Amino acid sequence: MSTVYTKIIRPKKSFSTADLTELWEYRELLYFFAWRDIKVRYKQTVVGIMWAVFQPFITMVVFTVIFGKLAHLPSEGVPYPVFVYSGLLFWQFFTSSLSESSNTLISNASIVTKVYFPRLLLPLADTVTKLVDFSFAALIMAGLMVYYQILPTIVGVLLVPLLLLLAFLPAVGTGLILSSINVRYRDVRYVLPFFLQLLIFITPVIYPTSIAGKYAWILYLNPMTGVINNARIGLLGTGSLDWTALATSALIGIVLFIIGVFVFKKTERIFADIV
Amino acid sequence: MTHIKEKLPPPQSRQASEALPVSNGIETVISIKNISKKYRIAHRSARYTALRDNITYALLSPFQTIKNQMKKILARETKEEFWALKNINLDVKKGEVIGIIGRNGAGKSTLLKILTGITPPTEGEIKIKGKVVSLLEVGTGFHPELTGRENIFLNGAILGMTKRQIEKNFDKIVAFSGIERFIDTPVKRYSSGMYVRLAFSVAAHLEPDILLVDEVLAVGDADFQKKCLGKMDEVTKTQGRTILFVSHNMDAVSRLCKTTVLLEQGKISAIGDTDKIIELYLKGGPQHDTPLPLPMTDENVTLTEFSITQRGKQTESIDGSDPFGIHIGFSIARNLQSFRVGVLIKNSSGTLISRSFVQDWEPELEEITAGHYNANLLIPARLFMAGEYLIEIKLFCFRSKDYFADTPVQKTVTVHSPKEYHELASKSGTRGYFLIPTAWNMQHKKAS
Repeated sequence: MSTVYTKIIRPKKSFSTADLTELWEYRELLYFFAWRDIKVRYKQTVVGIMWAVFQPFITMVVFTVIFGKLAHLPSEGVPYPVFVYSGLLFWQFFTSSLSESSNTLISNASIVTKVYFPRLLLPLADTVTKLVDFSFAALIMAGLMVYYQILPTIVGVLLVPLLLLLAFLPAVGTGLILSSINVRYRDVRYVLPFFLQLLIFITPVIYPTSIAGKYAWILYLNPMTGVINNARIGLLGTGSLDWTALATSALIGIVLFIIGVFVFKKTERIFADIV
Repeated sequence: MTHIKEKLPPPQSRQASEALPVSNGIETVISIKNISKKYRIAHRSARYTALRDNITYALLSPFQTIKNQMKKILARETKEEFWALKNINLDVKKGEVIGIIGRNGAGKSTLLKILTGITPPTEGEIKIKGKVVSLLEVGTGFHPELTGRENIFLNGAILGMTKRQIEKNFDKIVAFSGIERFIDTPVKRYSSGMYVRLAFSVAAHLEPDILLVDEVLAVGDADFQKKCLGKMDEVTKTQGRTILFVSHNMDAVSRLCKTTVLLEQGKISAIGDTDKIIELYLKGGPQHDTPLPLPMTDENVTLTEFSITQRGKQTESIDGSDPFGIHIGFSIARNLQSFRVGVLIKNSSGTLISRSFVQDWEPELEEITAGHYNANLLIPARLFMAGEYLIEIKLFCFRSKDYFADTPVQKTVTVHSPKEYHELASKSGTRGYFLIPTAWNMQHKKAS
């Protein structure tokens, strides 16, 4: 009798298209992981989902007082609060996706060592959770725009999903690389928040790119520069769309993402042995 | 004189597996070809797992570091290779229930881990037909903050059920667990028994083609264990499901499995009729445990000592008329929560007969600070009936981390009867485990 085998286990190789098919087969688990994270996150907090809103809002107020009112940083002709908030909105999505995905194997160690599923699901699920946070924080953005009577362009609104994708690629790409290091060396967990805090200063969140003068090109090496600038252009009308910056962001993002996936797949096989 | 007949649990029907002929006409669902798995075990140097520590260590003791590096280069203290499994070949036919037994470190769990895909083999190939589900540990992925209902969905999904399957089986799962009233309570408020029951209920309704079971029956109370064994019987009988059952519990293995595989040091040393294999295994002479590679490190915990002493000397042969001590030395790299350390005491066929944890007596030690500890337990004289017992060390953080889970740390001790106790032969051969440490008081009553 000939038998059709449904699964073949061999010594692991690196990334292949079979991994993509497998990811698709496990899409429901992705949903459950994201659902779990959202549930747990808002279960024990008093104001629940409001945290997703408070955090960027309070940061915006503090930044407005310090950088807008006291330091008088320029804001490309729009009120400083809405200027800095538009930056913070995407920046927080980027940093929280990055740090969560770099830590996800450790925080799910008890599952990783017991059950098989494509490990890539974990960082992806974290990003979904962050998207939910983003949507709530975006409500404040809308509120601010109404308050300051700023009308976004239609292109600008349509651009938001693309911008999110462009923030997602470098965030998860870097996160995947770091998570592979994190399973061996737990230092990542302590060092990363510190670096992310510094990173905001080489990203045009609290100031416009123009402030850097002839050194502005350095800022463009940061994939978030293109994202934040174009978000402002599209939503706040601070100029015309900067396709070069978008393309640069996309290129750097894709490269980081591909490296991330390969590094992750390469170390994936030993996760269960050393986590 | 009254003779109390010693009662044994009735041997369960074994028709389940006997009804399934292992002939060539039946389809092979698992085909294992030349599977080997190599682990690298690092000595000493493995203690420094954080990059930061590596750097600090190098700065604090540069000479030591250079010496260590030299040693590494000279390959004296480098990583050692260790074959957890070597050239395993096994074909499993549809509907077979196969037991896998062997001493600790024989590779049983590694084999299951490879079959589920948690860890890949170093060499070889396995072909599998059908959906594989493992019960490496029940309750995997349970989240304490979520309710029982939510955890059923989450756990079901992690173990490979679709949302639709979970919805279909939801009522059955809840009914089987017997915790209907608490289904909307967060599981952190469950007793550990309720927790395990819910977890097992989910697992029992997975409907896989191939089920891999590892020691699940070590949990829960006796009633629930019986229920689980019954469920497993039913599963194999009615649905023709294939099961690989790893256990130290010979009673359970002989009840469930017709064929059994004996693993020894990563190789299959015998395969065949369960009763014969178990006999072979138990006859394997006095249970010589492989010496423990101390110190051993798992994440934040390093086990430095495990010894059993009597009258100040290390021994594995215990005189029942004197107390004996169990000593555990370990160090912890950082502060831990819900930490527990202690021993499980099992009979020679692996059934748990007692346990004792430091934190049972001193719950405040669940929050333990980094440092080195010595835990000593004095077992009073005249506690055990004569016989062999396994003493297994457990270090874990409740519901989050089980240290040294892959290589249970245990020693076999032989207890001899106390001098003043003259053990008479028993009719059935068993005497039980606990000795009642007091003598009778019997008087001749004179008629008045």
